[in-house]
Amino acid sequence: MNAPVRLADAAPLESTVLVVPGMHCAGCMGKVERAFAGLPGVHSARVNLTARQVRVEHEAAVREPDLMAALADAGFASQPRVEDLSAPPSAVKPLLAPLAVAAFACMNVMLLSVSIWSGAEGSTRDLFHWLSALIGVPAIAYAGRPFFTSAWGALKKRSTNMDVPISIGVTLATGLSLYETATSGHEAWFDGTLMLLLFLLAGRVLDAMMRDRARAGVDALLRQAAPGAMVVGKDGSAQWIAARDLVAGTVMRVAAGERLAADGTIANGQSRFDRSLLTGESAPVAMLVGDTVHAGTLNLDAPVDVTVTAAGSDTSLAEIARLMEAAGQVRSRYVRIADRASRLYAPAVHTLAALTLAGWLLASAGLHQSLVIAIAVLIITCPCALGLAVPVAQVVASGALMRAGIMVKDGAALERLASIDRALLDKTGTLTLGRPLPDPASLAALDPDEAAVALALATHSRHPLSRALAEALGNHRAADLQDVSEEAGRGVSATWHGQSVALRRPDSASGIATALAIGSRPVRLITFADRLRPDAKQALAELKALGIEATILSGDNPAAVAEVARQTGLTAQAAASPVDKQGAIARLQAAGHKVLMAGDGLNDGPALSAADASIAPGSASDVGRQAADLVFLGDSLLALPRGVRAARRTMAVVKQNFVLAIGYNALAVPLAMAGLVTPLIAAIAMSTSSLIVIANSLRLYGAAR
Amino acid sequence: MNGLAVLIPVALGLGMLGLLAFFWALKRGQFEDLDGAAARILIDDEDDKAA
Repeated sequence: MNAPVRLADAAPLESTVLVVPGMHCAGCMGKVERAFAGLPGVHSARVNLTARQVRVEHEAAVREPDLMAALADAGFASQPRVEDLSAPPSAVKPLLAPLAVAAFACMNVMLLSVSIWSGAEGSTRDLFHWLSALIGVPAIAYAGRPFFTSAWGALKKRSTNMDVPISIGVTLATGLSLYETATSGHEAWFDGTLMLLLFLLAGRVLDAMMRDRARAGVDALLRQAAPGAMVVGKDGSAQWIAARDLVAGTVMRVAAGERLAADGTIANGQSRFDRSLLTGESAPVAMLVGDTVHAGTLNLDAPVDVTVTAAGSDTSLAEIARLMEAAGQVRSRYVRIADRASRLYAPAVHTLAALTLAGWLLASAGLHQSLVIAIAVLIITCPCALGLAVPVAQVVASGALMRAGIMVKDGAALERLASIDRALLDKTGTLTLGRPLPDPASLAALDPDEAAVALALATHSRHPLSRALAEALGNHRAADLQDVSEEAGRGVSATWHGQSVALRRPDSASGIATALAIGSRPVRLITFADRLRPDAKQALAELKALGIEATILSGDNPAAVAEVARQTGLTAQAAASPVDKQGAIARLQAAGHKVLMAGDGLNDGPALSAADASIAPGSASDVGRQAADLVFLGDSLLALPRGVRAARRTMAVVKQNFVLAIGYNALAVPLAMAGLVTPLIAAIAMSTSSLIVIANSLRLYGAAR
Repeated sequence: MNGLAVLIPVALGLGMLGLLAFFWALKRGQFEDLDGAAARILIDDEDDKAA
């Protein structure tokens, strides 16, 4: 009917989704959406900030690279969305509709209940009960479905979870209320049942929201890594191909500063490669034509052509993936605290109800009266506050952590993190920054003119060393240069005040360095080294204060590891393969320790999944970020003690919540067993205890400091 | 009693209206991007003004 007005000549529109990881505020949203405004053929662009994506509706003539170029002009890096990485369906969405139904029904039934409590009698009360049933029964059936299916699933596996007592309580209470309504009874419990469902669903929604939000953040990071390569055809044409579509035999051109998407042998060119993500090795390795290079390594110096020998699931990563699959067992065996509580709680509650029934029968009350009292016990003990005790605390804490730049994948991660007493730290990229930084001493040796020229030259290159240099010299003014040219593998050269200047590969140097040549002045050598993260020592001291003993576990050579061990004062294990790392964790676990693994590389993947809890920096490999429970942004290693402290505080609050919730039960249960509880008392008790638990959890707002 | 016959259906009807509106919004994807919705209000909508 109201079809949007279409231009007569409008071609069918296509829509493209681009991932824009750098977008995080209203200003960014506006810039991204406006970036497409001037582009011919683009009809509309709409940003989804939660998923860090923009959906562009455009004519078929507009290609993806045009869109990405438009975004690049606006200052945003973007990637086409990779389908198999696209966010799995949201966990919140299926719960929103039940939550809304429960809220609607609860309010309306409460309205009727208040009238009954204020003294409606006889036929009015019956009418109100029938109306409540009319609203309540379908609403309970619909809103209770998430609990019923989960409880049924648990029962089928012959186990129990929090949903089993909830489902039994809800079903019995509804049945009893219907019976009371049909027989013109005095009390129906639709209001209490619905309120219970409402509070529990609110808890579930919060829990799901936290997982969705953290996952959106991690997914946006994951998509930053280029999962593909520029493939060179026989005729010399270049084309971007996704990693999973690469086949053996194709030739990919890998620019300096790019990561390899597949294993292969070098067909043309020579360069040095940083294999630290793959092996933990910090020194770059020079490779020539015919040498084998692996997916995940970073090309440092010059563009090379690589003939793909293995791609996708055949790469050297496959071995690591297999190890990781086997390693996740500790975590899949982990039982969340809410489920552990319910294992104790459910039998206790059902025994109490059965005892009440038996007691009243023995005291020769009628079957009906005994049943009513027994069911009242079930309703009053239904774990309303208990259902909120864990998720609310974890959501508040993970929100606080997220503001501090630490993303928590799920609530169970916080529970596991709280219990750790050993930490194993990878060296390259975790304790250290994992990227070469110019040595401050050699920078200090530059006079202002030299620094200005070095900065100007460095900003003209995408080489990792140039970028690091440009960043380090950021507070200088760049010199005015003419005739800037970059020669891959050699360096950048230009003219400055009539002198030729260059930032180039040094003729001879041990380690990583770059040479700054200005006219006839002596050549300045700027050396680069990977350095400890800022605050690394403070972070380690804080970990120690928390009672966590830290050890270095690195794949790098003993000499490099010894140097970092000396700086940090930690014991270390060097030259550890992925299997060794996993073994080290297994040994500690067998000795009764709970182990935190901090790592970033592909080689840390199995260890990250095997450890009781794991954390990875945002700069980590895809594998590292996916395997880790927590991902921290920024350079500071203080994220580690901060995460542990927040997790421990969260667990403390969760335990307080349990005490509050159980304390409420301890007060209410004797009343219920004595047959003194009315629907009014149940409603008041339930909402008060839930509010107290929520208020207590809000104290975690500043937990990440 | 006559008052009730009017007021109860009215109360329920209004509530139902709200529920239906929520479902409509849910189906139309209004809850897909809560962060974006919160930030969108801050965007200046003049297209001619460069940011």
